[in-house]
Amino acid sequence: MQITLTINDKLVTWDVEKDEILADTLRSHGLLSVKKACETSCCGLCTVWVEDKSVLSCNILSVRVHSKKVTTIEGVPKEAEEFARVLTAEGSEQCGFCSPGFIMNVLAMKHELVNPSEEEIIHYLTGNLCRCTGYMGQLRAVKTFLGVL
Amino acid sequence: MKKVGMKSVGQSIRKVDGMAIATGKPVYTQDLAMRHALVVKILRSPHAFAKIISIDVSRAEKLEGVECILTYKDVPKGRFTLAGQSYPEPSPYDRLILDEIVRYVGDEVAIIAAVDEKTALQAMKKIKVAYEVLEPVLDFEQAIGHATIVHPEEDLHVNFDIGLQKAQNIASSWKEEVGDVEEEFKQCSVVVEDVYYPQAQAHAMMETYRAFTYLDHTGRLVVVTSTQIPFHVRRQLARALQLPASKVRVLKPRIGGGFGGKQTGCVEAFAGIITLKTGKPALIIYDRQETFSCTTSRHAMRLKARVGADQEGIIRAIDLEVLSDTGAYGEHAATVLSCVGHYTLPLYNKTRAVRFTGNAVYTNKMPAGAFRGYGATQGTFALESTVNKLAEKLGMDPTEIRLKNISKEGETFLTGQGVLLGSSSLDRCIEKGKEMIGWKDKFPCREIGNNKVRAVGMAITMQGSGIANIGTASAEIRLNDDGNFTLLTGATDMGTGCDTILSQMAAEILEIPMETIVLIAGDTDTSPYDPGSYASSTTYVAGAAVIKAAKELKDKILEQGAKFLGVSLKDVEMDGLVVRTVSGDEEMSLAKIAELTILGTGNLQLVGYATQGCEVSPPPYVAGFAEVEVDQETGKVELIDYVAVVDCGTVINPNLARIQAEGGIVQGIGMALYEQVNYNDLGKMATNSFMQYKIPCRKDVGKVRIAFEESYEPTGPFGAKSIGEVVANTPSPAIAHAVYNAVGVRVNHLPITPEKVFLGRQKL
Amino acid sequence: MFTLGDLVQPENLETAYQILSDKRNNTILGGCAFLKMGSKRIGTAIDLSTLNLRYIHETDGFIEIGGMTTLREIETHTLLKEYFNGVLPKSVREIIGVQFRNTVTVGASVFAKYGFSDLITALLVLDTDVELYKGGRMPLADFLKKPKEKDILVRLWIKMDNCKATYLNLRNSASDYSVLNVAVSKLDDQWTIVVGSRPRRAAIASNASAALSKGNLSDTDIEGAAQKAAEELSFGTNMRGTADYRKALCKVLVKRAIMEVKACR
Repeated sequence: MQITLTINDKLVTWDVEKDEILADTLRSHGLLSVKKACETSCCGLCTVWVEDKSVLSCNILSVRVHSKKVTTIEGVPKEAEEFARVLTAEGSEQCGFCSPGFIMNVLAMKHELVNPSEEEIIHYLTGNLCRCTGYMGQLRAVKTFLGVL
Repeated sequence: MKKVGMKSVGQSIRKVDGMAIATGKPVYTQDLAMRHALVVKILRSPHAFAKIISIDVSRAEKLEGVECILTYKDVPKGRFTLAGQSYPEPSPYDRLILDEIVRYVGDEVAIIAAVDEKTALQAMKKIKVAYEVLEPVLDFEQAIGHATIVHPEEDLHVNFDIGLQKAQNIASSWKEEVGDVEEEFKQCSVVVEDVYYPQAQAHAMMETYRAFTYLDHTGRLVVVTSTQIPFHVRRQLARALQLPASKVRVLKPRIGGGFGGKQTGCVEAFAGIITLKTGKPALIIYDRQETFSCTTSRHAMRLKARVGADQEGIIRAIDLEVLSDTGAYGEHAATVLSCVGHYTLPLYNKTRAVRFTGNAVYTNKMPAGAFRGYGATQGTFALESTVNKLAEKLGMDPTEIRLKNISKEGETFLTGQGVLLGSSSLDRCIEKGKEMIGWKDKFPCREIGNNKVRAVGMAITMQGSGIANIGTASAEIRLNDDGNFTLLTGATDMGTGCDTILSQMAAEILEIPMETIVLIAGDTDTSPYDPGSYASSTTYVAGAAVIKAAKELKDKILEQGAKFLGVSLKDVEMDGLVVRTVSGDEEMSLAKIAELTILGTGNLQLVGYATQGCEVSPPPYVAGFAEVEVDQETGKVELIDYVAVVDCGTVINPNLARIQAEGGIVQGIGMALYEQVNYNDLGKMATNSFMQYKIPCRKDVGKVRIAFEESYEPTGPFGAKSIGEVVANTPSPAIAHAVYNAVGVRVNHLPITPEKVFLGRQKL
Repeated sequence: MFTLGDLVQPENLETAYQILSDKRNNTILGGCAFLKMGSKRIGTAIDLSTLNLRYIHETDGFIEIGGMTTLREIETHTLLKEYFNGVLPKSVREIIGVQFRNTVTVGASVFAKYGFSDLITALLVLDTDVELYKGGRMPLADFLKKPKEKDILVRLWIKMDNCKATYLNLRNSASDYSVLNVAVSKLDDQWTIVVGSRPRRAAIASNASAALSKGNLSDTDIEGAAQKAAEELSFGTNMRGTADYRKALCKVLVKRAIMEVKACR
């Protein structure tokens, strides 16, 4: 099946299997920031944006993003790097495997929420699991990034 | 050497690979795999214990796109171990790549290689296997003397005696006794005891196990794998595949976490043997279910702890009796078992007698392996919970009883063989933790209305730094022709940041900016030997090697610099990127020195090289304090605050150290409250996904606060000790203590779920 | 992971229903989160995302929610925050994460009648109708009792009355399924108590609800109703909890939920 989509601001036409999932399609087209870490839609590592909303690319069929806008971290380099600088200044990227999905969700949160409280930040980011950092450093980085006390 | 005025060490420097991995650059194993590598999948046993009567792969082989299918008939017959331990390993050689006997649900039955995943999975369905299903031994408390023998094979081998008694299903035994414990208990005013069951915690690292293999331009097998132990993997593969080790190269790229799980070989032999048989590159990726149920976990244990003290609260006798479940294979059975006593008994040195006895038993479940803490976690849960019980019986504050009994700097302990403690600030850690959590006002508990009660609990712990007289590391540092440096180590960074820490140390010695150092690691062809990242070794052992190598290079640079400047050695010093005379009137850049030595008339590339072992394993310490809020009607435990005060000697990189501590504490919190392991009656693991096995998410954790009380370890690089594992051990006993103080319920079977607390209250 | 023979995006519900009925293994696609965890062999998968079923709005005194509306939209929509003390957002906001809730649909969640569903429990204490393509419009309670039958959940209708409601649950960890969930509502003098994730799906504790509605809302009345609810409903054991614990929890959570609603303005 053929799908036409805007990926990272570029209009493309891709051949996909009908039961192909978006995470696999994105990786097969060289967008290797997208990580798969579970089969049960629980971990958030595969987070990308579809129509600028955070979604799990592991449970979206690629055919369903036909004529939609899809964004991975490769598509928002400036903003991603800006936050990554803060995250790494805290040392809280650690193994880095959960970082791209985490950053995508943080940026989505920044676009959606105005002056979120700590509780709102934690709530928004709950779907991003991490096994290395214990979450404290990530929260410090997010607060610094948002300029929140 | 004091820390004042250090430029690199002691600084919170960003990790050298931080930006690349955070922004998703393709630097992990799967990203580097060749595009058309064969996809390798494993057919697994549905039975906990069975013999393969027949296996027919003919229909599967006929499927288009299937390249190769291997069964137990097609693999070498020599047993090996997958343990990431120095040779000769204290581990039974009880594995085959594929065995006729399968020993747990998930044990490998066939290796399938095809052009893509879909084909491989289709082929898997067409393989016909007939099993003779045997009676499994699933309950580790029934294993000794059980009619079923998990490893009856004749060719089961051990390198030296670890107490293996295969007919009893005992993989390893351990006994250590100093003094006469029974006599001492008789003399004690108070003796308390209890039995504890820590669970088989899963590592749940975000990057599952994966490797890809290919044959290089000279026909050698190259293995790129997500591992903590490249050199051990090379040795394992050489043995398993029956190749000389020189024909195998192992590379470790960026990896997505390990926590000890990747201290055991896992997928490499499967991809490796496919590449050898087909000549083609092969890629194997374990999914999350396989990672949960077909790799390794923490050792589940039963620990009986008995502690006796006099009326003043001086602990005079400790007795630990351990039964450890090593599952179907015994890689880390002996060493984890020994660490239970090894990393707990030395905490209290007013003892007159201590005893540790234990057995590690085989069962027909997924094998246990190495997991952060490595026996100390389980032992700490048992001992510290019992000391807390003792404090209550004596009517003493738990922090006071610790302060009265802990080993202090300059002292030795019963099992220490006369070795003196080089550094400890544990007493200060306890005082600081007390203050931070508000112990005085909160101990033991207070009602806050609405059927909620808040309480605090605490525990202390120790670990080691490297393995005394066994762990060694080598490092090499070169001054390159452009005036920059290459640092070669074998230490494996699994996200912890040792690549960065080691560079910081080299930069400090050479007095150069860190940006001038390129660190290369994790390649058995080019890295100097290093056992890998485990036993909390990278800072302490690899660090020491790096410092030694850097010092050697520095001396050589100064020597050359003095020569070129025409002055004597005592008249020169290093300053940034130059060698200058002490008087300051002449200098030569390192780039110029390099040019003159390498490219010019010098004929000399300046290199520093060192191998470093360690004669001692100086313990780091943590004092952990938990504040919980328990709902008296439902039993739900909410973690309000966790304070951990750490003594890891000198802190080399404060940010990275803090993240290690926070991450370790949260893994400990998961073990204490959330991570439940369940098997069904037939031995199939039910908790094999993130949906069923709940590692802590952001909302589960409350506040975690870390502080450091630096001591100075004379044998450590810049005074440092380790931090990697010790941080995982305090949460279970501290939280269990807090729950007891809140509602009078002792939950000794981890995790502490609301229902267990509720049932406990009902029984009161 | 499931496999597909074909995937279609029909232009209207009639065609969608036709294709659905054509073959036994033709399936409507919701958010696919659960489908993905199984290995169903789907003949033709039917994607309803072009049928404009993703909306929440007011229609003639009802809140109308299209079947393709996501749980995240339920969580954030102002109308649902304002009405019924925000019981619907409350019921969905703890489910896994924002990304998950951005992909999972109301239609799939309700149609599948999941035992663990938090949303169904909350919907059941409100005046909720489901509208099926073939079966027509019916109260949610009736739909839940109906035997399994192929159909399409087109939309939900919730009456905009001044019902006061709350939702409580207990989870072993924050991102887990509920061990038990409870919703309670009061409309004038009529109380409704619903308990779900028992682990079986949400059910109305009708005797308890009736007793509470007749009483004076004294502490004894409230405890009595909670006790009745625990007695009249059935509970089961699974990995997350035993039947006995769930029964005890039921008493506690129902009592607390009633107290909360009693205090509502």
